[in-house]
Amino acid sequence: MASPDDLKFQEFEEATDLLLADPGASTLSMSGSSSTALAGATGDIKLDMSDDEGQEESSELLRGEKQTSGFWTFEYYQSFFNVDTMQVLDRVKGSVMPLPGRNFIKHTLQPSPDLYGPFWICVTLVISLAISGNLSTFPNSLGSAHYHYRPQFHRAAVVIFLYAWLVPLGVWGFLTWRQREERQQSGYSFLETVCVYGYSLFIYIPTSVLWILPFEWLRWLLILVAMVISGSVLVLTFWPVVRDDTKVTAFATVATIVVLHALLSIGCKMYFFQTATPTLNHTAAILTNKTH
Amino acid sequence: MAEVEETSKLMFAGLSDVSISGDIPVEGEINVPVGTPIQDKEYSTLDEPVKDTILRDLKAVGKKFVHVMYPKKSSALLRDWDLWGPLLLCVTLALMLQGGSVNSKEDGGPQFAEVFVIIWFGSVIITLNSKLLGGTISFFQSLCVLGYCIMPLTVAMVVCRLVLLGGSWRFSFIVRLIVVTASFSWSTFASTAFLADYQPPNRKALVVYPVFLFYFVIGWMILTV
Repeated sequence: MASPDDLKFQEFEEATDLLLADPGASTLSMSGSSSTALAGATGDIKLDMSDDEGQEESSELLRGEKQTSGFWTFEYYQSFFNVDTMQVLDRVKGSVMPLPGRNFIKHTLQPSPDLYGPFWICVTLVISLAISGNLSTFPNSLGSAHYHYRPQFHRAAVVIFLYAWLVPLGVWGFLTWRQREERQQSGYSFLETVCVYGYSLFIYIPTSVLWILPFEWLRWLLILVAMVISGSVLVLTFWPVVRDDTKVTAFATVATIVVLHALLSIGCKMYFFQTATPTLNHTAAILTNKTH
Repeated sequence: MAEVEETSKLMFAGLSDVSISGDIPVEGEINVPVGTPIQDKEYSTLDEPVKDTILRDLKAVGKKFVHVMYPKKSSALLRDWDLWGPLLLCVTLALMLQGGSVNSKEDGGPQFAEVFVIIWFGSVIITLNSKLLGGTISFFQSLCVLGYCIMPLTVAMVVCRLVLLGGSWRFSFIVRLIVVTASFSWSTFASTAFLADYQPPNRKALVVYPVFLFYFVIGWMILTV
């Protein structure tokens, strides 16, 4: 009965002794194995702990924990690009083939989420959307020498990048707020949310290329397939986090995610891949204006 | 003590004639060495005629163009990097690509500023990407390589312009497509040959892909102008 109390008392004394001996030493609070940590040489073990924590902490944005290097150094941003070619390919494959049991984040992203994938997938999507949208009006003006380049990179870029960064911010913020309210443990960091959204947009790249073919039924079919695949990746990722919440909130969150995703794809189709008749009317209107 | 003094006096007897007085003339030359003249000739280019300076820079740029045309793994392009060549190529390309006079609303090509921004902004982003992935190349060296490797695309632009002047539209389109595809793959291959050694080995594809995208976009602009 006295021994556990004695041990606890000794730990506290040792800590105060060490602090008195070296007032400049910073103390770290660990959830477990505190006795060995404080009893041993503080310098070495502190280094070990910071090395272990450094890998995870460098990838946890906005959690308010100690970062290994400040955000003004180059190394901070380098830690977000710590991926190899095979890793990126695996993540892309995982985003295209959602299996019901696999959570994209837990399976493929957890050790080190990266920013390379989301950024370059968004850039590729912008380019493919703008070029394919331009090409889809090409058959209408086939053979005419007056067909000119008009891919609207700017608008495509704005739309895609806003979606890929603001929506994860909103989702992450909402989930973190709910998690704090319900005092749950699990949750995703902002970087992981951005990563999931970025990789889930990959399926739209081949879809946008295939949208060039001028068959309406094919375009709607492609939209449906792409939405199902990328939507299910998102739902499978966020369902385990949300499911502990109240039923209404859970379903509302998941439904919002799906609806936003659907809006993006349908909006892109409507805007960039306008059907034949509006452009013909447009050119006819301009020609009549010129003759007047 | 007296004996020592006497022996020392005998030893130094010959020196007693030397008198240290102020009126002995000292001869000689006082020259401060200015450093070896050979080094001076290389670095003091301030006095040479302007023609020499310009010709030397032009020759350096021209030598790099030759390196791009026959890409081998040489480090000359990277060691003496300069941004004159990329600037020249970028301005040429932007001038030739720009279209769209004020009258025609339909025939709008990319404006000069658009092409300029795409080329330089794109190069900066690709360089940042390769540095973030752990590349050891310096910032301006990478800009230099990416800019010089636009040269095949500029040649393709000139060829396309010439092809557009004559011939049927469909035939000229096929020729332009072939020329632009060939030059865009040449650009990508050339820049990869220069940049590949400075990347971590298992991330080479990650670095080459943005370069491919960059030259693809420029090639697309050339093809559809």
